[in-house]
Amino acid sequence: MTAALGDSQADNAKRSSTEKNLDNSFIWLTRIFAIGVAGVLIWIAVQVGIQSRRAIQEFGWSFWTNSAWNPVEQQYGVLPMIYGTIVSSLIALLIAFPIGVACAIVLSENFLPLSVRRTLIFMVELLAAIPSVVYGLWGIYVLIPFLKPIGSWLHDNFGWIPLFATPYAGPGMLPAGLILSIMILPILTAIARDSLASLPSDLRTGSYAVGSTRWQTIFSVLIPAAFSGIVGGTMLALGRALGETMAVTLVIGNSNELQLSVLAPANTIASLLANQFAEAKGLQEDSLMYAGLILFAITLVVNILAEAIVQKVKKY
Amino acid sequence: MSTTTQERYSKSDELERSRSRPRTIIGTLLTILAFILLGIALLPLFLVIIYVIIRGASRFDLNLFTEIPPAALQEGGGIASAIVGTIILVAIASVISIPIGVLAAVYLSEFSSGRIARWIRFATNVLSGVPSIIIGIFAYGVVVLSTGTFSAVAGGFALAILMLPVVVRTTDESLQIVPQEVRWASVGVGASDFHTVLLIVLPAALPAILTGTTLAVARAAGETAPLIFTALFTRYWPSGLFQPIPSLSVLVYNYAAVPYENQQELAWAASLILVLLILLTSIISRWATGKSTY
Repeated sequence: MTAALGDSQADNAKRSSTEKNLDNSFIWLTRIFAIGVAGVLIWIAVQVGIQSRRAIQEFGWSFWTNSAWNPVEQQYGVLPMIYGTIVSSLIALLIAFPIGVACAIVLSENFLPLSVRRTLIFMVELLAAIPSVVYGLWGIYVLIPFLKPIGSWLHDNFGWIPLFATPYAGPGMLPAGLILSIMILPILTAIARDSLASLPSDLRTGSYAVGSTRWQTIFSVLIPAAFSGIVGGTMLALGRALGETMAVTLVIGNSNELQLSVLAPANTIASLLANQFAEAKGLQEDSLMYAGLILFAITLVVNILAEAIVQKVKKY
Repeated sequence: MSTTTQERYSKSDELERSRSRPRTIIGTLLTILAFILLGIALLPLFLVIIYVIIRGASRFDLNLFTEIPPAALQEGGGIASAIVGTIILVAIASVISIPIGVLAAVYLSEFSSGRIARWIRFATNVLSGVPSIIIGIFAYGVVVLSTGTFSAVAGGFALAILMLPVVVRTTDESLQIVPQEVRWASVGVGASDFHTVLLIVLPAALPAILTGTTLAVARAAGETAPLIFTALFTRYWPSGLFQPIPSLSVLVYNYAAVPYENQQELAWAASLILVLLILLTSIISRWATGKSTY
């Protein structure tokens, strides 16, 4: 594709020099912008790194393990937020993974006519299009009241498990994880469906030929073959969950205390930033920048791994 | 050996699938389970849309589009200033991100060698996974700290960074489905690269680029995290590009958890506008891409 245009430069002996210059400068302009787009990623890393240097000097590694966030005493640590970020994302994955894979199977196999499947695929994609803050608003007024009997039941019957040790407080880890699972489902489904749909049809027909049923084929042939794609999609979903902000900040309760119970209020790095950044000054602002740098680093690693897996899968 | 085979085939029902055999029953149960899970997945979509319509429609009148948001205990009011603010923010973001994004995609699809293109596409995908709140911090550092004020420009810049990878990807994909013959024909009659791209390839891909960009714009309008500490919020009409500016999404965030019913109702009404915007652009773009020739 690219060769055709590139080669045309070779035989342009008769072209006027203005035309040649125009061509060359146009190609250079697009090249600069393209490299610039990739450069934005580095620019973000450098900028956020520079902004957090004072907090890094002040606290160093103890910032990661300190569980106090106290602007009055100038004590800052993000352990509760790192815990909250990871646990809320894991709850989201735990719920979204089986549902997402089931959706991917239904939408890539021929259970339904193609036109119906297209509509359903579109509807799953719409889930990702609803603005995050709207999910948050819905979470406050619909999801949190709806979860009250479930949360109370969990506490009453399984209160001896540390995860359910506190009474249902309303805003907390559980509603946050649930909302996140809704929001990451589309990307998980999309990548898993792509990798299932792109499998060579020989696999399927071969499996049917030796007498497998449809579900035996799905479980013992198709899912193992598409496994790396499903893992890649799951990791992309994890990356989204770790960094998701507005919906989480409205339903998680924003408590900076470290609690094991998923029924208690908690906090994530992203929602800490959303809550405090606009009013923060001095060391608090630097500490928030540092927290942002940690979140950026974590999501960057997850996303790079996920993209590498997904790209590798696409080659087949 | 042969007798057993004979026996097997003589039972004619063996060739039919028996409904009572375990593997058939398990298969049916798994199919039902998969469909139930699909239903659970789609349930929130309907619940959110229905709730937003029910709660938001009560304030859908002329005042909503002509008045500014009320103060804490004030009655009435609308969200007109926030609508204007969102339009301004999205316009700034589009002016920055669309030209850069389209030209970058032109390089990727038309001029680049495979290896560089692969790296840039990879970086673009990773960029689209950077949490929007981090983009907010970045824009805060780049624009707010250097200009000394929260502003529409800072918010627009943040949204532009967010839109950039989406614009690059949709344009790149749109350009790649333009048939190679179109380029050969253009180059064959003596057109330069510049002419081929600008007058032949881009116009051919324009419908797809437009729909993709419209979707990116609609999504940017719903973004909140990059705006809360770049554009900030005010109740009043936008007063300049280097002043704080209201937006629909930040209005929803600010009014979501306040104890005042009047402001809560406006948060739902603003949500309804954002959801309708997303639904309309998504449905129209799906309809449009379904019909496009390339």
